[in-house]
Amino acid sequence: MRALVFCAPALILYTTFMVWPLLQSLRFALLDRTGEWVGLDNFRTLFGDPLWSHRFWRALRQNMVFFLFHCLVQNPVGLGLAALLTVQRLRGANIYRTLIFVPTALSVVIVGFAWRLILSPLWGIVETPLLGRTSTALPTLSLISVWQWVGIPMIFFYATLISIPHELIDASRVDGASAWRTFWRVSFPLVLPMLGVITVVTYIANMNAFDLVFTVQGVQAGPSSSTDLLGTLFYRTAYGSVQGGGDRAMGATVASATFGVILVGLLVFFLGWRRRVRTYQL
Amino acid sequence: MRTTRLVATGAAAMLLVAACGSGDEKSGGDDNGVTLTIESWRSDDKQVWDDTIIPAFEEGHPDIHLKYQPTAPTEYNAALENKLDGGEAGDIIACRPFDISLELYDAGHLAAVDDLEGMDAFGDIARSGWITDDGSTTYCVPIASVIHGFYYNKEAFDALNLQVPETMADFHTVLDAIAQDGTYTPIAQGTGDQWDIAEVDYTGIGPNYWKGEQGRQAIIDGQAKFTDTAYVAPLEEMATWGRYMPNGFEALTNDDSKVFFANGDGAIYPGGSWDITGFERDADFDIGVFKPPVPNGGDPCYISDHVDIGMGMNADGDHQDEARTFLEWVASKEFAELYTNALPGFFSLRDDPISVDDELANEFVAWRDDCESTIRLPSQKLNRGEPALWDELYEVSSDVVNGTLTPADGAQRLQEGLDAWYTPGE
Repeated sequence: MRALVFCAPALILYTTFMVWPLLQSLRFALLDRTGEWVGLDNFRTLFGDPLWSHRFWRALRQNMVFFLFHCLVQNPVGLGLAALLTVQRLRGANIYRTLIFVPTALSVVIVGFAWRLILSPLWGIVETPLLGRTSTALPTLSLISVWQWVGIPMIFFYATLISIPHELIDASRVDGASAWRTFWRVSFPLVLPMLGVITVVTYIANMNAFDLVFTVQGVQAGPSSSTDLLGTLFYRTAYGSVQGGGDRAMGATVASATFGVILVGLLVFFLGWRRRVRTYQL
Repeated sequence: MRTTRLVATGAAAMLLVAACGSGDEKSGGDDNGVTLTIESWRSDDKQVWDDTIIPAFEEGHPDIHLKYQPTAPTEYNAALENKLDGGEAGDIIACRPFDISLELYDAGHLAAVDDLEGMDAFGDIARSGWITDDGSTTYCVPIASVIHGFYYNKEAFDALNLQVPETMADFHTVLDAIAQDGTYTPIAQGTGDQWDIAEVDYTGIGPNYWKGEQGRQAIIDGQAKFTDTAYVAPLEEMATWGRYMPNGFEALTNDDSKVFFANGDGAIYPGGSWDITGFERDADFDIGVFKPPVPNGGDPCYISDHVDIGMGMNADGDHQDEARTFLEWVASKEFAELYTNALPGFFSLRDDPISVDDELANEFVAWRDDCESTIRLPSQKLNRGEPALWDELYEVSSDVVNGTLTPADGAQRLQEGLDAWYTPGE
């Protein structure tokens, strides 16, 4: 009984503001614009109609590219920075740690605006319109996002690395292993479970990403929709683009499909990764 | 310490309660008459309304008070719809043109305004943004339109001894001369935002090719297709503009272009009359405007004179009579003169001429004497399906300027997108 009382505030808030809207959103996906029950018709449109399915798969594909950039750049860089911060004789480690972490605390609007100026061909540092070409816009946006968020994996990895008992490191060194070998053979296996957690958190955040694209490229997610992610597709569908009104039913359908994508991703992670990675009791 | 904080919190809470209380008193009909709330997306104009327009109305109507309550442009449509659904919207609604307001009328949120005094001052084009498809009912009082044209740096033109171009051939002579000289970038524009390329460039120069209203109606009636010469030709013209734009134009936004032009780096800026106030404030050189050049010398000219803003009344509002009184004033010449002069670049849609003090605004509005007016082609009827014609046009026109799509393929895509859902005459 007492447990229930202590849980109640979180339970009530979470149910009211997370679970209930989520269920409502799933329900809206089964209604049409006027609120009539249409069953799975909206999903048939989304996946069956060439126009809609093209938009959806394109957004999903680009979203995966966005996520891959985070996996392949953010994780190694975060781990590398964390490893550097744990170097014993590094001066000013706290300053570096703070500086690298600061962008995560900034508003995406500020980050987007600053990078638009930095990359502006007119008054920025590069003459190539990186954000204006279909081939470079998505990688550029991904790297901006990585720049902003790299502090998170860094801090997680750092916390894991400093929690590794010194005896293990010392033993490895006494046995004659180099610093490099010690890192890969002793520290890295202990960090690996954390890599999984960070990847999952990144996956969820990336699949819900919207704000950076919206700030930098606008609701159109240009050029030629090449930076359209599931989040921006949802926004355009539900609330309309610059000139047209939105369609809440199809918007809810896109949102539900996104929810499905995240769910499938999580299942893959829990079944595929979590069971295979060994954790060690330290 | 703790007591201080407690007292401070208590005081703040009491202030809050007091503030709510006084807010309630204002909103209802108190002994000083009725307060009408105006919903609008023009947050830029709040000062003009508060300082100029509202006092002018209240002077003649002491029983009616007005409260201008704007929402951010990007949130207005969704916010307004929610407020109307929830019965919390103001009595007066600023109307977006075409389908967004039509949907509100169809849902019963807007009342018909045909029988208001002063409505006969508005012609067919003026009403086109706020009229039912069968043309029987107008549901918003038309307020203002915006006109598309080209701004140019007079110093640049004088230095190079250039004349304002009349035809597209002249236009290219001018562009080439500026490019060859090298001091100025010929066209201060970029494709990063897309909307200005579609709205200002394509539907700005296009009417000269498709003969204004005639060509617009032809697409609506299905007698013409985007693949016809008249609709491909403006795209072909725009395909040559990329090389006259600044380096890296593909990533420049409309704000970038405006700053670039106002800094004196560009010679010509394709824009609209809504930019007047900004340029008059920011540029320290003389600015002129010219209308979209015609394809061949002697061709009749057409201008995009796009209906942009109107005002209607909430069908569920508590103060219908007062709202009608206010809207009749909005339809009057007095309001038209006040509004047009307070916001240069937004031109009254009344049939009788309105005098404007602003020089640039006068040049824009003078084109109405020589040229036929039309509105932006995709706006009426053609934007309500999937894919919406505006969305397609945004991408097609910026891709064409970027050189990543040929004009012919672009026109093909526009027509196929329209054919996917639009049946003429329905």
